[in-house]
Amino acid sequence: MDWTWFHRFGSPPHLYGLAGRLTPWFAWPSAFLIAAGLYGGLVLAPADYQQGDGFRVIYVHAPSAWLSLMAYTWMAVAAAIGLVWRMKAAHAAAASCAPLGAWFTVAALCTGMLWGKPMWGTYWVWDPRLTSELVLLFLYLGYMGLRSAIEDPQRADRASAVLAIVGVINVPIVRYSVEWWNSIHQAPSVMKFGKPSISWPMLTPLLIMFVGFTLLFVALLLVRLRGEILRRERHARWVAEVVAG
Amino acid sequence: MSDFLSMGGYASSVWPSVALTFGIIAWNIVAARRSFAAARAEARRRLAVEGSP
Amino acid sequence: MTPRRRRLVLVLGIVAGVAIAGALALQAFRENVMFFFDPTQIANGEAPSGERFRLGGMVEKGSVVRQPGSLDVQFVVTDFQRTVPVRYRGVLPDLFREGQGVVAHGRLGPDGVFTADEVLAKHDENYMPPEVHRSLKTPAAAPTPAPEG
Repeated sequence: MDWTWFHRFGSPPHLYGLAGRLTPWFAWPSAFLIAAGLYGGLVLAPADYQQGDGFRVIYVHAPSAWLSLMAYTWMAVAAAIGLVWRMKAAHAAAASCAPLGAWFTVAALCTGMLWGKPMWGTYWVWDPRLTSELVLLFLYLGYMGLRSAIEDPQRADRASAVLAIVGVINVPIVRYSVEWWNSIHQAPSVMKFGKPSISWPMLTPLLIMFVGFTLLFVALLLVRLRGEILRRERHARWVAEVVAG
Repeated sequence: MSDFLSMGGYASSVWPSVALTFGIIAWNIVAARRSFAAARAEARRRLAVEGSP
Repeated sequence: MTPRRRRLVLVLGIVAGVAIAGALALQAFRENVMFFFDPTQIANGEAPSGERFRLGGMVEKGSVVRQPGSLDVQFVVTDFQRTVPVRYRGVLPDLFREGQGVVAHGRLGPDGVFTADEVLAKHDENYMPPEVHRSLKTPAAAPTPAPEG
């Protein structure tokens, strides 16, 4: 099997250029979709029979939570590729995912608290879903902390990659916590097999937000990735040529 | 309009959540661009100081 | 084995090892990870006695009794197999109602009554506008036709 495409993909100058060219293709559609989804969710969608207009927090909470898990998964996969194939670009990708994932975890936790107070009656309980999402935040912070604590860049890459891979077990835990254990958090309404448990006029803006947030994540990842590549490749000739212009 | 702003009584949940999430998004856009700009400036500085490899 | 294949095996090994260790640990701590116990578990004596724990289930229809002029309330929690009566003094969450999910934190008394110091409402994952909800509850929405006889 010819894997040269894989290795060329991972070649830093190629990836640097590709990331730069792709960014606007993710950034602009994401802005449009997020604006449309927000309008649809806050204005057009009907109020819920039970939660009234309070359910509209879902339009920022669910996409943030989705990103928090997706970012960690991508980070762990990139870290594993970096470890196994010794690919610096993969480690760069993992490092780029971390701050984004951490912030969206914060968003998910905080919007969840604001939603829980009127609906459940409390900002926080140590239930499996909430606790494991908080653990996810600690894993992100641990990954970034470990990275900055280790001087040697290669050792930093490898050590943080191991942490990312070990921590990936938390992703299915967060996802299935509401099904495996009794939890106050409701079961998934969208991200599951089978019919969604949301009416279509409420679901459509939510799906638009999911896509918009995902595209936004990719755009931010590409921007950060370029910086990471430059930092790792600083002694290479191609860097000199690219930044001199 | 005031119906919209009051969000059926849930204004204190909905608006802070929206504001917080978009604040986080805005911050991440700024921070990502700043991080890239800093990396590029650093590479340029090195080039000026050390010359071509 | 090439060095790269060895690294791949190592990475897969880490993932598998953590997954197994995690599963074993969570099995062992099942008692503590149980966020709440339902009435059937309490009837089977699975809930810790003498300690505060959480009771979860549905508020049985017709069971809510409020004492006028005070915050005292009584209701029954059911999982449609067993029931547990609950006493609570305090403000109930907005979404608390009969036929709704509930999670109460408190102690089970020797008389079998659960005295709660915290009551949280639990809602399900269904979201729909009021008209759709109303149409689900009317008999016209029932899908099975009557057999011709």
